[in-house]
Amino acid sequence: MDLMEKNLELVEIQKLEGHTDRVWSVAWNPVSSHADGVSPILASCSGDNTVRIWEQSSLSRSWTCKTVLEETHTRTVRSCAWSPSGELLATASFDGTTGIWKNYGSDFECIATLEGHENEVKSVSWNASGSYLATCSRDKSVWIWEVLEGNEYECAAVLSEHTQDVKMVQWHPTMDVLFSCSYDDTIKVWWSQDCDGEFECVQTLGESNNGHSSTVWAISFNATGDKMVTCSDDRTLKIWGTDIARMQSGEEYVPWSHLCTLSGYHDRTIYSAHWSRDDIIASGAGDDAIRLFVDSHDSVDGLSYNLLLKKNKAHDNDVNCVQWSRGEGDRLLASASDDGMVKIWQVATKP
Amino acid sequence: MVSGLINENPIIYPKKERRLRTDSSNTDEFTPEPIDQLEIFDHIRDIKDPEHPNTLEDLRVVTEDSVEVDDDNSYVRVTFTPTMEHCSMATIIGLCVRVKLLRSLPARYKIDIRVAPGSHATEDAVNKQLNDKERVAAALENPNLVEMVDECLLPSAE
Repeated sequence: MDLMEKNLELVEIQKLEGHTDRVWSVAWNPVSSHADGVSPILASCSGDNTVRIWEQSSLSRSWTCKTVLEETHTRTVRSCAWSPSGELLATASFDGTTGIWKNYGSDFECIATLEGHENEVKSVSWNASGSYLATCSRDKSVWIWEVLEGNEYECAAVLSEHTQDVKMVQWHPTMDVLFSCSYDDTIKVWWSQDCDGEFECVQTLGESNNGHSSTVWAISFNATGDKMVTCSDDRTLKIWGTDIARMQSGEEYVPWSHLCTLSGYHDRTIYSAHWSRDDIIASGAGDDAIRLFVDSHDSVDGLSYNLLLKKNKAHDNDVNCVQWSRGEGDRLLASASDDGMVKIWQVATKP
Repeated sequence: MVSGLINENPIIYPKKERRLRTDSSNTDEFTPEPIDQLEIFDHIRDIKDPEHPNTLEDLRVVTEDSVEVDDDNSYVRVTFTPTMEHCSMATIIGLCVRVKLLRSLPARYKIDIRVAPGSHATEDAVNKQLNDKERVAAALENPNLVEMVDECLLPSAE
């Protein structure tokens, strides 16, 4: 059924208080959701130098802070990412290091600290199998780390082709292809021909490819990995696509191309965009609002998107991150803001 | 003689007389007055230039007209004019203005800072840095930079 026909709204389930400074990012643990029979777990990271782990009680259905990961990072923790197994949490900090924390159930322990970047680390991402980790920094480089036995991490590549601060790295959902986006207004694609760990930049999506005209803040893939959405300081969202079947079967890199630009919807910088499993794109922006977009299925002239709904004043300040939960069908969205709050939302039909 | 200052002889403008506020149209003491251009200018006029013992107002780096405010939409834009085209202090000045406004205005305010078009050689680069809040946040975690900014924001002892 076409989502546009349903009368949908974004309902605030709970406001999670605790951080004492702006919250930059949130990340859902991939192996815990109602569908798995395990309570959903969410990590949030902040300008207060800590990471908070939130869990939903199966009895009361309310969220509480289970643990605070502190006294490790000495500056803002900018982003965090769970490993595919859900056992590890990587944290990227302005202190120049990336922490690796092991989840021991009720407690977390920092089992490794990755050093090397010259200044603030902005983002961290695990590949689909958990064998690689990528980080990026204001030092303009993207690092790829190999995950070895015994909590060992080895730097496999230092990729220095961006000309400015790199804001986010994101591995493709199914293939070992890495994407990065930057203050230099471009998105770069990194690929290893022989899967031998020798990564190189095989594509740059810039203004000449219908790309962004200002800093690109985030990248998110759809579930099948044949499309991605990017968001920017230029106040647009852009949808890109590739022939994923050809890419997965062949030896050759298949380039990405611009499919669609969503402009005129946002009044301030868009800091985050996330593509849900059931094809809803959420955006978080500097105008304190959360917006949801869906494919219009109006395929006369190619791909086009419609605004499904706009939640004004979702927070009291900029929305820095929006993340759909991993569970099938529960349509839960978490958001992080400069107002110091994390909020849990649900997409529901209006009564 | 090498003094090391970027602009050794800045033009110092005569001090403008400060207008007293006599707006008596709003007699309800509990309704907040809308924030206007003069109020915001009052927050930034006395910021000290990082290099000279003069204020941004003295040097005409900011004027009342350089402030554009829309209180209904909680928006302000400050356009400042560095004393010299190649002034490398431009980002520091912009940062000082942003920090002062962040500390003085209600949290609902969206603040844009830019250099006056045509007044600086690397205008776009300066504007981009000043309006990237992640870069600003990281810069403000640098104790040396914070010290410099706080110096500029200290009220002068006159």
